[in-house]
Amino acid sequence: MSDVSSNTMDALPAEFADLLSSEFRGQRRIVVPADRLIEVLKTLKEKLGYDLLADLTCVDYLTYRDAQHRFGLVYNLANTETNQRLIVRCFLDDPEPTVPSAVPLWAGANWLEREVWDLFGIRFAGHPDLRRVLLPEGFASHPLRKDYPLQGRGERHNLPVITRAEG
Amino acid sequence: MAVIAELPDNVAVTKLDELVSWCRKNSLWPMPFATACCGIELMSTGASRHDIARFGAEVFRFSPRQCDLMIVAGRVVMKMMPVLQRIWQQMPEPKWCMAMGACASSGGVFDTYSVVQGIDRFVPVDMYVPGCPPRPEQLIQAIIDLQAKIQREGTLWGREFDAPSRQQPKRALQES
Amino acid sequence: MPLSPLSPSAELAADRTQPYLWTMNFGPQHPAMHTTLRLVLTLDGETVIDAVPDIGYLHSGFEKLAEHLDYNQYVAVTDRMNYVSPLANNVAWHCAVEKLLGIETPRRCQYIRVIVAELSRITDHLLALGAMGLDTGAFTHFIYAYSAREDLYDIFEAICGARLTTSYTRVGGLKLDLSPTALQMIRDFLRRFPRTLEDMARLLHQNRIFVDRTRGIGVLSKEDAINLSCSGPVARASGVTRDLRRDEPYLAYGDFDFDVCCDRRGDCFARYLVRMDEMRESVKIVQQAIENLPAGPVNLGDQARSILPQKTAVYTTIEGLITHFELVMSNRGIKVPCEEVYAATEAPNGELGFYLVGDGGPRAYRARCRPPSFIHFAAFPHLIRGHTVSDVVAVLGSLNIIAAELDR
Repeated sequence: MSDVSSNTMDALPAEFADLLSSEFRGQRRIVVPADRLIEVLKTLKEKLGYDLLADLTCVDYLTYRDAQHRFGLVYNLANTETNQRLIVRCFLDDPEPTVPSAVPLWAGANWLEREVWDLFGIRFAGHPDLRRVLLPEGFASHPLRKDYPLQGRGERHNLPVITRAEG
Repeated sequence: MAVIAELPDNVAVTKLDELVSWCRKNSLWPMPFATACCGIELMSTGASRHDIARFGAEVFRFSPRQCDLMIVAGRVVMKMMPVLQRIWQQMPEPKWCMAMGACASSGGVFDTYSVVQGIDRFVPVDMYVPGCPPRPEQLIQAIIDLQAKIQREGTLWGREFDAPSRQQPKRALQES
Repeated sequence: MPLSPLSPSAELAADRTQPYLWTMNFGPQHPAMHTTLRLVLTLDGETVIDAVPDIGYLHSGFEKLAEHLDYNQYVAVTDRMNYVSPLANNVAWHCAVEKLLGIETPRRCQYIRVIVAELSRITDHLLALGAMGLDTGAFTHFIYAYSAREDLYDIFEAICGARLTTSYTRVGGLKLDLSPTALQMIRDFLRRFPRTLEDMARLLHQNRIFVDRTRGIGVLSKEDAINLSCSGPVARASGVTRDLRRDEPYLAYGDFDFDVCCDRRGDCFARYLVRMDEMRESVKIVQQAIENLPAGPVNLGDQARSILPQKTAVYTTIEGLITHFELVMSNRGIKVPCEEVYAATEAPNGELGFYLVGDGGPRAYRARCRPPSFIHFAAFPHLIRGHTVSDVVAVLGSLNIIAAELDR
């Protein structure tokens, strides 16, 4: 597969020089500490033209070999003018993993952050409406965490039964 | 009761149960409870090439009050199950339920935390349609089979629904 | 779990202070709700003040499942993700896996993937427009669209043996090569299809009811489209000239001559027109791909250690046998780097990307799918505010929300 996105390599300014950055298959990743996250995202959006938040997701590194942190957020940014992409990583740990919300920067982050809260249990401070989005309100766990089993903990069987006589 | 000795040619004698069943089976009004991929094949069945109207079941009604056959097409997850049950309860008797496809029948490939492993754990099911998803021909065959079942067992007052075989077994609520 | 009333969002709770507003539940089982969507509308008379979407009625744990299935098994699950265009999902998934592995498939494979991806774009847009017509009262249009879809299903059956759950791609290749019969069927279809498109256009383009119900409804400006992360036809109808086929050419898209279809108006009618035009462009791409279909193998060779060798090679050569053994043993399988990669394709609905985390084993450690429907449905309240209840179905139809992709 050809990679046009490899031209992301030039364009990181001096104030980000202290951030860890790496490259794989032509994709540039930078690692940002949680307290600088919004500042960096704001600079990227307003000064460097990464105006599209293509995706926002999370990875649970609980069972990953040599992982140093529990959770890694993935902000997938794109520049709609130059078609560059940049992946911003932010690592978090238990207990109470919390990052500031990106909704003030991108309205599209609203549901994406709700989904991460729903499936991973990461809080986004300042989010306007941080409710579960996919699972029912009363659901107890965050199912995409690695310590949650694939078949669940019996939630799918815990429903009332209707028989012919009742229905 | 007096036995009628002679009948005109255009009069047929039958049991009331059979007459009613014959009417019911040929005018099934499906309630398409379509959730996923099977719903697309259900639409194919209703569209021009396969044309379910040939079997008297083309009147898809989305209002459960008007329907007597619920076709559950696609996987049902735990958040959807109460909706499904409420719609089932809103349908008037007599009514039948068809689990279309592997997911509705047994959970299919989705043995995951949120997917109900077969709707028959929670609502009564009269007909299971295998396939993932079933082809339209398969669904039409299932409707023909259901018609045969209605003709065979149907009664005016719906006594067949009280039969022990129609009461679905109470499955264990918790898996080991 | 009982069916609970939706807990109100902040702005909806604020609206409750105005007693003349009333709340209407819409879905999750409603003909216009495209299977399992649910909306809670706040109405002032017939005007929608606010809409709160409630989703998750089809959340099946796709991403959790991906962590327990290997890279080839999971393709069967991607079929069921966007069941309207399963082949596009197959292609997107294996593009991501191959990017993680750093392998490049043979030219013939890339061309065939382009062909099936574009054909599935046609199936998707046909259903999207058919359903949009259906929701706004044009049943005939739907029947025309569905009749063409049945022709495409026949082609998919000739290509891979299934109408809907195709599972066509493999890591480093395809399940089967395109047969001459399938090629001939595609050629016949391409000859007939422009006529069908014209018929469909004649049914709706000048239809007063349809145009009145869609023009100027649900307007999305260019800035909002970017701010709300929209992609695909929804963004292009608002003037965002972003098409990954052109901007980040994957597969063999660099070889083809096609236009990116855009519009400036950003309303439902613009989205309808963009989808119509995209089908014409797809026909052009498939035509070029079929004319220039390269000869040669569709699958990578044994050296890549990624795809099962042909059965004859397994039975007659030691290399084939070893490769087969290496791949099917549960403790061997495909070797992936301990790395993370994001690969996006331009699926019919928008940017369909997979963020893959490899841990060296045969299964993905994490496989995030970037679902275009999810992001478009999040933009729905923004689009519907101020319009009437009857516009809800028109806007929903124009966004083409696929529930299984929305909830995964």
